[in-house]
Amino acid sequence: MSNIAKAFENGKAFIPFITCGDPDLETTAQCIVEMQKEGASIVELGIPFSDPTAEGPVIMEASLRALEGGCTTDKVFGMVKRLRTELGVTIPLVFMTYANVVFSYGIERFCQKASEYGIDGIILPDVPYEEKDEFDSVCRNYGVDFISLIAPTSHERISMVAGSASGFIYIVSSLGVTGVRSNITTDIPSLCAAVKAVTDVPCAIGFGISTPEQAAEMSKSADGVIVGSAIVKIVAQYGKDAPAHVGEYVRSMVSAIR
Amino acid sequence: MPDSKGRFGIHGGQYIPETLMNAVIELEEAYNHYKDDPEFNKELTELFNEYAGRPSNLYFAEKMTKDLGGARIYLKREDLNHTGSHKINNVLGQALLAKKMGKTRLIAETGAGQHGVATATAAALFGMECVVFMGKVDCERQALNVYRMKLLGAEVIPVTSGTATLKDAVSECMREWTTRIDDTHYCLGSVMGPHPFPTIVRDFQAVISRESKAQILEKEGRLPDYVLACCGGGSNAIGSFYNYIGDKEVNLIGCEAAGRGIDTFETAATLNTGKLGIFHGMKSYFCQDEYGQIAPVYSISAGLDYPGIGPEHAYLHDTGRAQYVAITDDEAVNAFEYLSRTEGIIPAIESAHAVAYAMKLAPTLDKDKIMIITISGRGDKDCAAIARYRGENINE
Ligand SMILES: Cc1ncc(COP(=O)(O)O)c(C=O)c1O
Repeated sequence: MSNIAKAFENGKAFIPFITCGDPDLETTAQCIVEMQKEGASIVELGIPFSDPTAEGPVIMEASLRALEGGCTTDKVFGMVKRLRTELGVTIPLVFMTYANVVFSYGIERFCQKASEYGIDGIILPDVPYEEKDEFDSVCRNYGVDFISLIAPTSHERISMVAGSASGFIYIVSSLGVTGVRSNITTDIPSLCAAVKAVTDVPCAIGFGISTPEQAAEMSKSADGVIVGSAIVKIVAQYGKDAPAHVGEYVRSMVSAIR
Repeated sequence: MPDSKGRFGIHGGQYIPETLMNAVIELEEAYNHYKDDPEFNKELTELFNEYAGRPSNLYFAEKMTKDLGGARIYLKREDLNHTGSHKINNVLGQALLAKKMGKTRLIAETGAGQHGVATATAAALFGMECVVFMGKVDCERQALNVYRMKLLGAEVIPVTSGTATLKDAVSECMREWTTRIDDTHYCLGSVMGPHPFPTIVRDFQAVISRESKAQILEKEGRLPDYVLACCGGGSNAIGSFYNYIGDKEVNLIGCEAAGRGIDTFETAATLNTGKLGIFHGMKSYFCQDEYGQIAPVYSISAGLDYPGIGPEHAYLHDTGRAQYVAITDDEAVNAFEYLSRTEGIIPAIESAHAVAYAMKLAPTLDKDKIMIITISGRGDKDCAAIARYRGENINE
């Protein structure tokens, strides 16, 4: 069983996302340490991309700040190495970035390094089922899970996508891009049930979730809850002082779903 | 071309969020259903001829030919189309398709504003809602077109993210489409994006070379030796090339925007300076840094100011079937003024890139050679910006 699958074994999983390098990689690393301490099950590390087309303003702006601050793929790898070797981070870590970041690095070289440094999975929101082979086949060779996404518009595609999924399935809660939403209108219980009917791979819901109440509600249907923009916002607000605030937020979310 | 997976060689594909997959599949199915449908084609031809003013003239540029002293130069006058550019060809096709699909709302990106104006025009004609995304920088350099779109009933949303130019407008459109799919068709303006867009847009633009081939055969009794067109995303170029691809003796030349030069960072010449990548739904060549971050490109021409190029061009480049040259701002502005003075035709600054290369190439060719330059649009929209480039301030 992969480390990611194991992370779903102790109750509902809480999966925070963070944009690496905003405001700097040291702060990102400290935030991840706090996340683990406060009970996060897996952390999604966003490698910033200049033109993140699946992202709303919060993560898009954080990505641009990170790039302006000099963050690169190699520097993110360096941080991951430190998390694993010096900072005691043992929970699964998953990269979330865009196809071109991985492709331009060289898919083989990227996956090899990811595996060597202790990355457990990769999420590429601009690589759907139809295009995933190019990436997934290499990921498999290195024991890295290529995470599949399912959207409210997936309908009859669900069994196809879920059928070949590994790690966990990322269920997109709403139409549109990432960002905090006060109201999620998708029929989440039905969507999760449709996924669970065709696979045993655990599923986690993301996009738009920010409050403990939303998380509690979502975790009734899914095995885990993913939160991105709400955390990136906290980092944007507190800058270098963010780790403690992020930790506090993660604690409140974890207790809401367990 | 393309294959069943939307590939032109290694290029193309569908690199988009899962949320959009069913939308592009629905589009592909609808297109496959209608593309050979006699009724659909009859309606489209009628729109082309009665509304857009097709066929566009193939005009023998006698003065230019004499002045340059080489090849016989013909201009394919897409600038004479309704709304002033080739963009209307694609838009009428897509709007008609969207209508058949039951869509009631069109969204579009625009650079120079020509595609936005064409989309707003079709939306007005078909009674559809229209929202156009346009980089804030482009809104400023193409203010006249912003006003035209509003006049036509479209909402224009200035995009401030990133470099606030065409690539950011495309990104914003993709974001908007994932938010609202049911009633909305994304009317993409060039031969780019995820499959099936590069094919659909090409097929609607192929009218350019379908006509020019018949016209040149009638006027000269043979095929041209050279076909030149400017190349942003590549829609007027692929439309100008398409029906000649099988005619190996016809040289196809795409003219990219070099901006301040291909040895500077202020350039948008994708095939001359970019490398293979994946962006905006497709695998193709892109201007990018060593980590795959998309480069902030630059050209005086808002319509060519894009860091990528359509997958079919990437393929024609790989196979050597077409050649892609880079033209600087300065050369394009000179050509803009040259064509205006010599033939009394003010070309779009985009099209002026093709004219500029013709000015270099034609004098080196024998007098019995034939060259067709596609004038993709008219230059009224550019006058204020070119005046500024020459240090003159005029009120628009
Ligand atoms: C007149 C004109 N020509 C050319 C272009 C470039 O687009 P493409 O390369 O798709 O023809 C534009 C785009 O805005 C345009 O307005």
